[in-house]
Amino acid sequence: MGEPVLSVENLRIALPEGADRPFAVDDVSFELRAGEILCIVGESGSGKSMSANAAMGLLPDLVRPVGGKILFDGSDLLRLSEAQLMDLRGRRIAMIFQEPMSALNPLLRAGEQIAEVFEAHDLLTPKERSARAMELLEEVGIPDPEKAARAYPFQLSGGQRQRVMIAMALALEPEILIADEPTTALDVTTQAQILDLIRNLQEKHSMAVMFITHDFGVVAEIADRVAVMQYGKIVETGSVDEVLDNPQHDYTRKLIAAIPTLATDRARGDVGKQPVLEVDGLCKTYVTGGSLFGRNRRVVKAVQNVSFTLAEGETLGIVGESGSGKSSVGRCLVRLLTPDAGMVRLGGHDMATLSGEALREARKSIQMIFQDPYASLNPRSRVGRIIAEGPMAHGVPKAEAYSNAERLLDLVGLDTSAIDRYPHEFSGGQRQRIGIARALALEPRVIIADEAVSALDVSIQAQVLDLLADLKEKLDLALLFITHDLRVAAQICDRIAVMKEGEVVEIGPPRQIFTNPQNVYTRSLIEAIPGRERELAAAE
Amino acid sequence: MLRFILMRLGKAVIILIAILILNFFLIHAAPGDPAAVMAGEAGAADEKFIADLRERFGLDKPLLTQLGIYLGGVLQFDLGYSYRQQMPVADLILDRLPATLLLTMTAFAISLSLGTLAGVLASARVGKWSDTLISTTALLFYATPLFWAALMAVLLFSVVLNWLPGFGYETVGANYTGFRRVLDIGQHLILPATTLGLFFMAVYMRMTRASMLEVSQLDFVKTARAKGLRPSVIQRRHIFRNAMLPVVTLAGLQAGQLVGGAVLTETVFAWPGIGRLMFEALAQRDYNVLLGVFFVSAAMVLLFNLITDILYRFVDPRIRVG
Repeated sequence: MGEPVLSVENLRIALPEGADRPFAVDDVSFELRAGEILCIVGESGSGKSMSANAAMGLLPDLVRPVGGKILFDGSDLLRLSEAQLMDLRGRRIAMIFQEPMSALNPLLRAGEQIAEVFEAHDLLTPKERSARAMELLEEVGIPDPEKAARAYPFQLSGGQRQRVMIAMALALEPEILIADEPTTALDVTTQAQILDLIRNLQEKHSMAVMFITHDFGVVAEIADRVAVMQYGKIVETGSVDEVLDNPQHDYTRKLIAAIPTLATDRARGDVGKQPVLEVDGLCKTYVTGGSLFGRNRRVVKAVQNVSFTLAEGETLGIVGESGSGKSSVGRCLVRLLTPDAGMVRLGGHDMATLSGEALREARKSIQMIFQDPYASLNPRSRVGRIIAEGPMAHGVPKAEAYSNAERLLDLVGLDTSAIDRYPHEFSGGQRQRIGIARALALEPRVIIADEAVSALDVSIQAQVLDLLADLKEKLDLALLFITHDLRVAAQICDRIAVMKEGEVVEIGPPRQIFTNPQNVYTRSLIEAIPGRERELAAAE
Repeated sequence: MLRFILMRLGKAVIILIAILILNFFLIHAAPGDPAAVMAGEAGAADEKFIADLRERFGLDKPLLTQLGIYLGGVLQFDLGYSYRQQMPVADLILDRLPATLLLTMTAFAISLSLGTLAGVLASARVGKWSDTLISTTALLFYATPLFWAALMAVLLFSVVLNWLPGFGYETVGANYTGFRRVLDIGQHLILPATTLGLFFMAVYMRMTRASMLEVSQLDFVKTARAKGLRPSVIQRRHIFRNAMLPVVTLAGLQAGQLVGGAVLTETVFAWPGIGRLMFEALAQRDYNVLLGVFFVSAAMVLLFNLITDILYRFVDPRIRVG
């Protein structure tokens, strides 16, 4: 490894008054060396993004550095004027962000946005700028760069958008690339491609890369060195092998232990049990746009002929990338969507054709847990009401419904005093527990968890997964677990169905799916799981 | 694009006919009829005279027949005949339309340009005293009733200060020609156009300010900063363009009121436009003139909605292609 190109020394960044702690970043020191990829890893709120933004002089308005230095090429970035920083930004230090859709201006063409980098630093003529933009698009591996240069961001796929961002960052061959969770919003196969791209470009241009992530799988794929952050402090630094194979700090150990492993020896003790849910030939097609005369219509076959059964006490995973139709299946089952064809047999009824009172009654036995614990609880209702509302709607007396709510809060591991509080008083993990209690209140036989742990940090995720497994055991529930995360699926599911473009391409026990996938697409999904190779190597 | 416009025009025609029919019944459902009003004014309110008038105007026929006759006329661009003014309605409207369009379009231009400019300035100085000043002034404009503002403007600028003429379209009897006439009309225009524009100016200012502040928090603005772009470029190219999207929608709504929205102002300033024509027709139960004015204003609303939608496709590629 080369000389340090960026040295952060005793950096301290103050949070505005009333935040949960005084410093977002507290006495942090690390070095970024020439030609290396340094991963800064931590959970949300650990201060990892703040450290990166400080180096760019792009901290939010109310947050300011109050101590330490960030040394780059002999000067302290924290003491540079805005004009000096403007000159460095994009030219010597470039940055890419998490969500490429919102990081690109929706009203400007991709080519224009890349060319802008040259304009910002008064380089080249307008004609040369667009020619360079085209070359850059080619370099980041976009097929048909000419077309992509003319496209608006919404016309590109998620992976292509992130490639455009990378092209923009590379334009002036910066010495440092700061990548803030650049693959978090991408599907797993796209993520693998973007990680490859960053690695290749880093070697080709011998850049130093500061890579911010929460995902140890990604760390295993891309890092040379790792710094682990917790509550604004760096708790451990070392080479990727040292940190992953022999973590010294308790927090690092805890984080690594919380990663769901791909070891798939779950034994199914429930073979032969009665099916509670039978789905046969389920279809759902969305038709959008178009005129009176049916032109310009877009037809999306979201669910195509999907069939499976779910046994009592079984956990069936539905995995797939975004747009694969996995959430549409879940919504059809609880009849938030009405399927176009097919049968959903649950407790002697066909959910697909019920209506009115009969549907209301049947819905009691199939309940849902949603992805976003912030958006899925009514912020103006107290927790007690959120949980008791369902049973009360079905005629349970108020006192009974509330006392039942207390029992459920206890069951999901929350204090019963939560009943009188509002959702905003709880953390993400706690809110998801409330969501689970709400789903359980109607005493369902089947629970559909739609990306129920995807928004949570890995340590919280592990706790919620444990809770779900525990509850399933206690209450003999059947669980349909919809996720994009194959690691999570491996850990919790008895069987896994892999979906692609509305169809189930493969279904089977995790062991079979992970070690002997029959379908080409399944295989590509499995191979794209970050950190898989390291894990396999370690297992041997 | 052409397909889109043709489709929208087709829908607009259907809506327009529906509006015509609805207006027709609404007007006839109101109490009073023109024959009685005219007879009363003529001082000859006997039954025979009124019946004669009714027969002459076709008001004795069944309502549906009257509607059929009227719609048949409209399809041939004939908006009927004003028995009060003894002129075809279309001529009356065409006669008044230029004055109204001059007034409302000037007001529109003033409110849109000054409103967005003030909004941009306020957003760039958020929290400082100039922002407070601009925002408070806008709030004042927003809350002031139009007729009161108009009266106060006349009182101050023409009665007390004697700077500007307080009523009319041009100086009566001066018979100016050429540039002198343009100047004269211009002077007459300032007070009514400004008064009429105040409310929307405030609306544009508040919307532009809020929208600029909202957009400046979005991720792509951070990307622009990370490129090393100058703040002025970021402000103009990245923030302003995106912040203008809701303003365009609102401008379309205001533009739709170009014909019908100036009744109050035209009345206060004795401006010889459609608004006053409508006001007079209302007092006189002049059905055909009222229907004609309603028809033209409805057509304008639909036309400007269409123009807004086309414009929106131009400023926002997501609508154009998506």
